[in-house]
Amino acid sequence: MKKLIVAFLLAATPLLGLASGGVHLDDADIDLTDQASLQRGARLFVNYCLSCHSAKYQRFNRTARDLGLTDQEVKENLMFVADKIGDTMTIAMPPADAGEWFGTAPPDLSVIARARGSDWLYTYLRSFYLDDSRPFGVNNVVFKDVGMPNVLWKLQGLQKAVFTEHEGQQVFEKFEQVSPGSMSPEEFDGAMRDLTAFLTYVGEPIQVERRAMGKWVLLFIAIFFVLAYLLKKEYWKDVH
Amino acid sequence: MSAMKNMVAWIDDRFPLTKVWNEHLAQYYAPKNFNFWYFMGSLAMLVLVNQILTGVWLAMMYKPDATLAFGSVEYIMRDVDWGWLIRYMHSTGASAFFIVIYLHMFRGLIYGSYRKPRELLWLIGVVIYVVMMATAFMGYLLPWGQMSYWGAQVIINLFSAVPVVGEELGVWIRGDYVISDVTLNRFFALHFLLPFLLAAIVFIHIVALHKVGSNNPDGIEIKKGPKGNRWSDTAPADGIPFHPYYSVKDIVGVAGFLFLFAAVIFYWPEMGGYFLEHPNFEPANPLKTPEHIAPVWYFTPFYAILRAVPSMAGSAFPGVIAMFASIIMFFLLPWLDRSPVKSIRYKGPIFKAWIAIFVVVFLVLGWLGTQPATPGKTLLAQICTALYFAFFLLMPIYSKMDKTKPVPERVTK
Repeated sequence: MKKLIVAFLLAATPLLGLASGGVHLDDADIDLTDQASLQRGARLFVNYCLSCHSAKYQRFNRTARDLGLTDQEVKENLMFVADKIGDTMTIAMPPADAGEWFGTAPPDLSVIARARGSDWLYTYLRSFYLDDSRPFGVNNVVFKDVGMPNVLWKLQGLQKAVFTEHEGQQVFEKFEQVSPGSMSPEEFDGAMRDLTAFLTYVGEPIQVERRAMGKWVLLFIAIFFVLAYLLKKEYWKDVH
Repeated sequence: MSAMKNMVAWIDDRFPLTKVWNEHLAQYYAPKNFNFWYFMGSLAMLVLVNQILTGVWLAMMYKPDATLAFGSVEYIMRDVDWGWLIRYMHSTGASAFFIVIYLHMFRGLIYGSYRKPRELLWLIGVVIYVVMMATAFMGYLLPWGQMSYWGAQVIINLFSAVPVVGEELGVWIRGDYVISDVTLNRFFALHFLLPFLLAAIVFIHIVALHKVGSNNPDGIEIKKGPKGNRWSDTAPADGIPFHPYYSVKDIVGVAGFLFLFAAVIFYWPEMGGYFLEHPNFEPANPLKTPEHIAPVWYFTPFYAILRAVPSMAGSAFPGVIAMFASIIMFFLLPWLDRSPVKSIRYKGPIFKAWIAIFVVVFLVLGWLGTQPATPGKTLLAQICTALYFAFFLLMPIYSKMDKTKPVPERVTK
């Protein structure tokens, strides 16, 4: 019976993987222990995202501490609107107006990485393409008919998407560069990797510390397990 | 030492301290052949204590308010010292509770722990399971994420499917026409209350257990066997004192459990979206229905049964009945099994095959409940639902005709 259970579990595993569905997502391949990458990501975030999107549960001083920056550095480089280092990353744009301008209010990005996943963010940020039928002239392969304009177009340049007909459905095939941006495609991918890393960090600021702590906790419990087992053995040696 | 003895004597004159200690621990004789499956009871109590303790601490910082709830969870995760650990212990604990209880119930199933004289013990256990499900369901609304909101919406709508009084019943449960701040408040109140009720029923469960004595992997009544062991002339020969033998053994189980528990908390707190669902990191939005609504994994087998039954006359009520019936089956179990033996070790191939089918069907239904319905999957869910009920309802027949093996007189290793 045990064999049967194991066989079933193995058979079901690939099916679980299919649950994500939809467009193929690129591997974000982020490294949250790379503070330079997180710092670059933070700079992109405050420059390109933090005027329409808030991260209202993330504090500037927490960001400073976790990214290896001083409060002064954060004040000078990352804080344009907020004035207190303990403030959270809020925005001045009223949600009602935002709803009118974009069709829907831009979501808070505090935990967006946990809702969408890092790979999704990384792919999404690089998947805007020209589409005249949309209000801002762009659409997104990962998030169809998204209300967001391509705020990163100056860095990335403009691209169009090539679709092929597959079983009566439009299937995305590839992007074609229309005009160059200020970054090369490789530089842009790197920048988006940094931004994704920052958003992933913001999703759960404790995560690097949590994982680092984990091995000590597990080691402690493992030693406790051995001692508990030896104690049990000692007590049980006269039970037959 | 003598001061200690004096104090115990003083208490014993006024409260049966030594008597309770002996009756339930030091002179409670448990069969000596417990195996892996017998860790689950003590682990379930450990998890209950974990849930109550972490829950009380979360309640000190959580805000049961539709506009503040989501933010207060993030506040706990970021600004409260060790808040993230308390929260993950609680969220992982919820799933761990169900894993441990499902294994505990499975143990009862394979070793016939529900059979005479343990019918009432089993029934109390199933009541615990039902209260646990209610507690978990209400707790899941509290983070006020999209899946919290829409999951609760779907489940409460089940009650609305009841003919005639359904609409009223739904409004009565929600306290509103939709899930709202009112619902969140009352769910928080009940989610705080029910665990203490749960602790009380667990106490009754143990009182019942100690009245009839523990079953064991051989399904032999040690009380009916020969008497006399090293500790007592009148105690069962195959019994050993719970304390210190099983107390030290359960500590090993606790250590093993904590290792896995901590591994999840520190490395995989979301457990791939099964313990903490991704859509629940989006705040509840009554105007935006998620593409795919699925309950948390521990409810999905029953959710799959609900969806497997087609609507009749435009009402989803038959599915609701099937879902509740699938849980009621557990209550009937003691009277469905007509086998002359208790344990799977001495049961015949037919019973073993049905147990295997049941396990597979339960897991497949659990998986189907997480998936969007397609015609193929619905058909599979219908087949599994039929087999689920067949396992229980045909048991009086197949358990009787099965060829059993002779049961030894004494427990084996």
